[in-house]
Amino acid sequence: MIKVERLTRAYGSFIAVDDISFGCEPGTVTGFLGPNGAGKTTTMRVMVGLTLATHGEVTIGGMHYKDIPNPGRHVGVLLDASAQHAGRTGRETLELGARTMGLPASRVDEMLALVSLDAKEAKRRVRNYSLGMRQRLGIAHALLGDPTVLILDEPANGLDPAGIRWMRGLLKGYADRGGTVLLSSHLLHEVEQIADEMILIGNGKIVARGTRQELLATATGGVSTTLVTSLDNAALQAALAAKGLHTAPAGSGIRVTAEPVDVGRVAAEQAIVLTDLRAGNEGGLEDLFLELTADSQREPLRSEVSA
Amino acid sequence: MTTTAPVTFDVSGTAPIPFSRLFRVELRKTVDTRAGRWLIGITIGAALLAEGIFLAVAATHSDTTAQYGDFVGAAAFVSSILLPVVGIMLVTSEWSQRTAMTTFTLEPRRMRVVVAKLLAGVTLTGFVIAFALVVGLVCNLLFGALQSHQSIDWTFGWSGFAGFVINQTFAMLGGFALASLLLNTPAAIVVFFVYKWVLPGLFALGAALMSWFNSIVGWIDFQAAQNELYDMPLTGTQWAHLAVSGFIWLVVPLAIGIWRIQRAEVK
Repeated sequence: MIKVERLTRAYGSFIAVDDISFGCEPGTVTGFLGPNGAGKTTTMRVMVGLTLATHGEVTIGGMHYKDIPNPGRHVGVLLDASAQHAGRTGRETLELGARTMGLPASRVDEMLALVSLDAKEAKRRVRNYSLGMRQRLGIAHALLGDPTVLILDEPANGLDPAGIRWMRGLLKGYADRGGTVLLSSHLLHEVEQIADEMILIGNGKIVARGTRQELLATATGGVSTTLVTSLDNAALQAALAAKGLHTAPAGSGIRVTAEPVDVGRVAAEQAIVLTDLRAGNEGGLEDLFLELTADSQREPLRSEVSA
Repeated sequence: MTTTAPVTFDVSGTAPIPFSRLFRVELRKTVDTRAGRWLIGITIGAALLAEGIFLAVAATHSDTTAQYGDFVGAAAFVSSILLPVVGIMLVTSEWSQRTAMTTFTLEPRRMRVVVAKLLAGVTLTGFVIAFALVVGLVCNLLFGALQSHQSIDWTFGWSGFAGFVINQTFAMLGGFALASLLLNTPAAIVVFFVYKWVLPGLFALGAALMSWFNSIVGWIDFQAAQNELYDMPLTGTQWAHLAVSGFIWLVVPLAIGIWRIQRAEVK
């Protein structure tokens, strides 16, 4: 649905986006991940024609954005929740969008209700909104025209934990109904739970992409680890070692280089009661994210400093 | 993953945004913020205040005569000072408040938005002129009621009025041109007031001091060229002065400004 082809955007000698290509499919959520300044926003701005591409192109449904008639009815865009007129009320901000797109006034009320801005809040000027409220207003604006494609830049920014959960449900439901969602974030945990596919970008280049499982496999080099805790860790460790599995103590349990199912089988054979058994790769994705984008991180990684 | 059939991207049933809708939205933007309402409120208030003073002076001095045209002129002149600022803010606030991002995302053909704004500015000028006509009418009736020794004089200088309408439209367009050139509210307002009120004085001074400048000043002083409009009909040279100075002060900045908006990266 969204197709980015060999896109490059240069500012003088600085290359913000460097020859990237990717696509977003209908019915899926694509997470666009990278540290600040990695080129996410620039890519999204090119998508909607606010920034011109130096090379390459982006098409949505096979069309250039500028050729889409009444684009707000087809592509919902939220690039910066702060880019709203401080002197307008929240309702008026939506009203202008609805009028431009030719939508009935009732649509404004529907969207306000959807993002949980009550009548009193909608009458307040955007100047007095918190970032979370601006974000909700921006999401409402993006959804006004009932688009089939959503492009959201850092939509979770400023939302409280309940708000982030709400947004996840909203976007998931939107994709389940067949919509296409591209959302960016610099926080892995905001995205990994809803994104069907993740694209990791650093210094303007795509450094990794794939589903959560695929990325995890990359992160661990295809080797899975399991964290296990039992009523008799010593006996379990001995039994695992006897099977030729690599083990190491980890906190109150053991880290095993094997799938959880294999560890469980050994425990069952030995009749050892397990109190906790889970895949031990969870931290792997975050490590991968930091490692892959290390060149563009502002803080050097600790391992690099000590090395 | 996907549970239902993917939605296809079908734009065949969608009409482009009609220009009339863009125009109405831009007109609405001039009054839907606190700044816009204040500006228009002050403009109306100042015009009414000036009329009140004029009326009071005229009515208490029995030797004063006042015509309909005088009252209209007073209201129109005062309100015209601030009006171009509304036009300036129509352009610059999109950049200072960064709403241009939304505006140009909803209508990527930026030229249509710019023309809608320009037309909204000119429409506001029309409103102000209509307002001046009505206020002038009321004041002239009041004047007639307040002093009984002479009948109400409905004389209205149509030639001067035509000049005034053109002058006001040019002022709005000039403000708009500078706004699109500078894309910054305070800078555009300051430069506009210099352009409208200070520059003519400097030109006159320069012309008085330097004879070579005196010979060309007619071709570059846009405001002076517009003043001739109050005494229609104009001679061929006067029209030529208006065309050349208008090209320098209106067409060139407007063209560069629109070109800039078309190409600018909207942040």
